[in-house]
Order: sequence, then structure tokens, then C-alpha cells
Amino acid sequence: MSSWFDKIVPGAIRSDSPQKSTVPEGLWKKCPKCESVLYRPELDKNLDVCPKCQHHMRVSARKRVDIFLDKNNRIEISADLAPQDKLKFKDSKKYKDRLVSSQKATNEKDALICFKGAVRGIPVVVVAFEFSFLGGSMGAVVGEKFARAAYASMESGIPLVCFSASGGARMQEALISLMQMAKTAAVLEKMKQMGIPFISVMTDPVFGGVSASLAMLGDVNVAEPNALIGFAGPRVIEQTVREKLPEGFQRSEFLLEHGVIDMILPRAEIRSRLSSILAKLTGRDLPSKSDVAIND
Amino acid sequence: MNAYYLDFEQPIAELEDKIEELRMVGNDSDLNITEEINRLRNKSVGLTESIFSDLSAWDVARVARHPKRPYTLDYISQIFTDFDELHGDRAYADDPSIVGGIARLEGEPVMIIGHQKGREIKDKVRRNFGMPRPEGYRKACRLMEMAERFKLPILTFIDTPGAYPGIGAEERGQSEAIAHNLAVMSRLKTPIISTVIGEGGSGGALAIGVCDELYMLQYSTYAVISPEGCASILWKSAEFASEAAEAMGITAGKLQKLGLVDRLIDEPLGAAHRDYELVAANLKVALAEGLKKLKKLSTDELVEARYERLTSYDRFF
Repeated sequence: MSSWFDKIVPGAIRSDSPQKSTVPEGLWKKCPKCESVLYRPELDKNLDVCPKCQHHMRVSARKRVDIFLDKNNRIEISADLAPQDKLKFKDSKKYKDRLVSSQKATNEKDALICFKGAVRGIPVVVVAFEFSFLGGSMGAVVGEKFARAAYASMESGIPLVCFSASGGARMQEALISLMQMAKTAAVLEKMKQMGIPFISVMTDPVFGGVSASLAMLGDVNVAEPNALIGFAGPRVIEQTVREKLPEGFQRSEFLLEHGVIDMILPRAEIRSRLSSILAKLTGRDLPSKSDVAIND
Repeated sequence: MNAYYLDFEQPIAELEDKIEELRMVGNDSDLNITEEINRLRNKSVGLTESIFSDLSAWDVARVARHPKRPYTLDYISQIFTDFDELHGDRAYADDPSIVGGIARLEGEPVMIIGHQKGREIKDKVRRNFGMPRPEGYRKACRLMEMAERFKLPILTFIDTPGAYPGIGAEERGQSEAIAHNLAVMSRLKTPIISTVIGEGGSGGALAIGVCDELYMLQYSTYAVISPEGCASILWKSAEFASEAAEAMGITAGKLQKLGLVDRLIDEPLGAAHRDYELVAANLKVALAEGLKKLKKLSTDELVEARYERLTSYDRFF
């Protein structure tokens, strides 16, 4: 509990301060890239993109969905699925305890949320990874929720959009988590055969088992600017090849150059551009001006 | 220390050295030491049995990586006839860390794809220690789609520390190459049996491991990350690899109990590298039986059952 003393004395002049930041929580936020101190309400309005340097900060899964979908007619899918610790996994902490503290910190049951809704009037199913939940890692619940979102897409014949942000497969679920890669790839392949569009939007960061399965399988692959995306993490690669990695390695721009993604979209443009793409892929007219006006 | 024995096998190595010494003596003397040699042999067998009956997960991981362990090409020469190796992804390169080609199993044509490690230093480097680059997975994919066209069952052999974490591999889309294989294998209209013969290293293993039946050799391992990798992330030090191996349950027996593995293949006493012929014979029986079973299904039933299998990995929460 912080005392009145803590509140009035700036952290920088307290020798025992546990926090290095002098920015008070709440109203102000420091851009992790350019270190500008930003006014929270203004940052919110700018979708958590730094107005000074355009750095795209990480946002929660709920905020993602909120930014993306039309306000009306949103329904959450399989919100009740919760993880179990089948292997009784324990490292320096118990997996069970890690789950509980992640659930408390994020208010989510696991690292993926799924919604049915619309984007500028086009019906879609959207899923988003919660990176703050054990690094957005994919275990059995994430795999199953992703699959159920795809089933919902297939049942209604409407596109699926995924916002990924994940360190990869969840180690604490061992081989079970590896199998989620096969599972999510299988349902996406089924969707592909049915001619239902899947758009994969990769946000900072996407690695390992999530990158090497569902995230790369979009009919259209999109990334936010400057997101770090790859199979192996930069540190592992550096240790393996024992050389310094080139500037911009594994950033969105690098992926675009190497033909892995179709485009880089700034956060503020994702809604309009994806609705335009989805309209074409599903044989619809452009979202009408009134649809745009009502929903934006 | 005998280099071909792991640390927990050193008592066996010492006995074997003694037996060898006695045999040398026996050769140039009149003494009848056969009896003594036999006594030591029995002791060595007993010791091996007792050591191998109680291996930790980490011990098994090291047996799975034993430098003398049989690799894919060894099994190909032992089990199949008439092997034609096929090369290249038709786009960039041939990746020698994955071998593939057509052969016959008891006369029936099949497609074989497997990770391949090198035996001597130069060969190890050429094979990149069994760590494929995207072109390896793309070659595998090309061969699998070819197998579908010509109605050849696919047999894959898994033995990799993982997909290669390198700059070029990332530039050429390592993630995409793996993801694409997972998607394609989920719907191929031909039977697929995968066998983990050594190390099953994560996505790099799964990329040729989506299948109708999954087999594991007795002392092989299969995991989402190497024990060292897991330890360095969760325990903050690779020295906890043994703990990580135990926690993840990477051994064939544990994974079969979880319902993830269909069949275990027995290895000879002291593991596969002690007797290539025996372990290959065991594997051959399993593969032949597996194919016979899968061939009874119609193509639709086969693909439907595989999809069911893949999507039912939700029974774990």
C-alpha cells in the first residue's frame, strides 16, 4: 500500500523507490520508443499509437476487438472455456498459480478471445490474442477457442479475422500445445476449401508455434508497422549464428520485403482497409457511406 | 570415459572394457577364460537391464540424441527396398537435413520423408545437425503432394532438434513453410504414418508429423521445446534441463498415456544403436500393420478421421 509520503514525493528523489519511472500511473504514459510523455485520453483517441513517433504500443485483446468491430451486435463466443493443468506442470512456479495470476491481471480466462460481429456492416468472426496472458501463448484452450471461432465462421459462411500477439506454443502444456498448431492449421485448411476468407493480422510480437501455424495461413497476411514477427526469437538466432542481426531483422517491413505478408497497415487504417478487402472477397459492394457513418 | 557410452552407462562401459581385455588375453594364452567372460557378459546384460529400466526423462533425451543412434537413412536401408531419393524444393535449394523419396515396403510403393542427421563432422554440418531450413519443408511438401497424386502412402521419420533458427531461414519464411505443411498434411488423400525415431523437436518435427498414426521408438522424445530451451526460459538456466524434461513429459511412455501416441516400438537392450537390425525389424512390423489398417478405410473416411483426430486435441482442458 502506498503511503501519502509516496504520493507526494517524486520517485526520482526516493532512494528506495522500486519504480524507475517518474510518470504517475493512469493519466500519463511514456512512449516506450521515443519516451515522450503522453496524455492518456489523447493516446486512447489515437488507438495507443504514439502521436509523436507513430510507435504502435501493445494493446489488450478486448481493446483490439473494440477498435475493430462495429459497436452493435457483438457476441462473445465460447467465453466460458478455461484452462486446466493436466500435466501438473511446475517450474519455478506452478502452472496453476501462473494461470491464476494471469487471470487476475488480465481479467481473461485464457490468452484468446472470440467475437461474432461486423466490421462496417460486413459480418465477421474475430479473434484476438491477449499478450499479457502468459505471453499470448497457445495451449489447449487457445487452440479450441480458435477452432470454435473458425467453426462459427464456417457455419455462417462469414470471414474470420485474427489479431495475433504471441510468444508461441505454451510450454507448460508441453506436447498438447504443439498439437494445437496442427489443429488450428487443419480448421483453417477446411475453411480454405470452403472458400471462406481468413485474414491474419500480426501485431507485435508473433513467434514460434503461433507464427508457424495459424498466423501465416491467412488468405491475406497483414502486419502492424514495426511489429517483430518470426519463427525463432532474435536472441536464439544470434546465439546460433553468432553474428549480429541486420537492422530491422524480423520487423514488418522485413517481412513485406521478403514476401511473407501482403501489406503493413497502421492501426488507424485496419478497419477501413480490411472491410474493403473483405467486401471484395465476399462479393459485396463497398460498405455504404451510411454504414461507415453509423459504425465508425 | 568411453565416448560412446553416456555418463549413466559408464558402469556398463567399464564391464565391457574388462570383457574386451580378457578376450585379448584369451587370444594369446592357453588359459580357459571363457567362463569368466560369460560371467561378466551376464553381469553386463543385467546391469544394462537395470540401468535402462529406470531412466529419467533427461536420460532418455540423451539416448535419443546418441551419436550412434540409427537415422532415417539407416532405417530406409534396413526396412525398404528400391529407394530412389528425390531432391529439391524446385524453388530455391535441396536441403540435406530432410531426405525423401520413393521406395517399397514389402513390395508396396510408398513415399518416405525423414529428418537426417550426419554421422561424421563434415556430414553433420552438411546435414545441418538435422535442423531443416524452409526449403527442406517445401521439398517435403512437394513430395507429399506427389504421393497423393500417385496414391502412395506416406511414411515420415522424425528426428530433429528443431527447425533451424537462422537468418536465411527467417528470410525465406520458416514459419510459413511449417504452417503450410501442417495445413496440407491435414487434408492429403493418402495414409500418413509418422514415427519419432530420435528427437521430436517442436514445430520442426510436427511439420512432417501431421498423421493418421503416430509411433514412437521406446527411447525417442517429442516435445514443444527442447528441455534446455524450456529450462532457460522457465528456470532461467539451461542447467535445469533435467527438471524441464521431467515436467514436460517428453518420453514415449508418458505421451502414450496422454493418448497422443498410438504405438510404441521396442528397442533392443541398451537402445537402438546397439542393434540396428532388431529395432528396424520391430519398426517394419509396426509400419506394415499400420498401413494395412489404414488401407481398409476409404479416402473420405481416412481424411475425415484425420480431421477428427486433429481437432479433438481439445480433450485436455
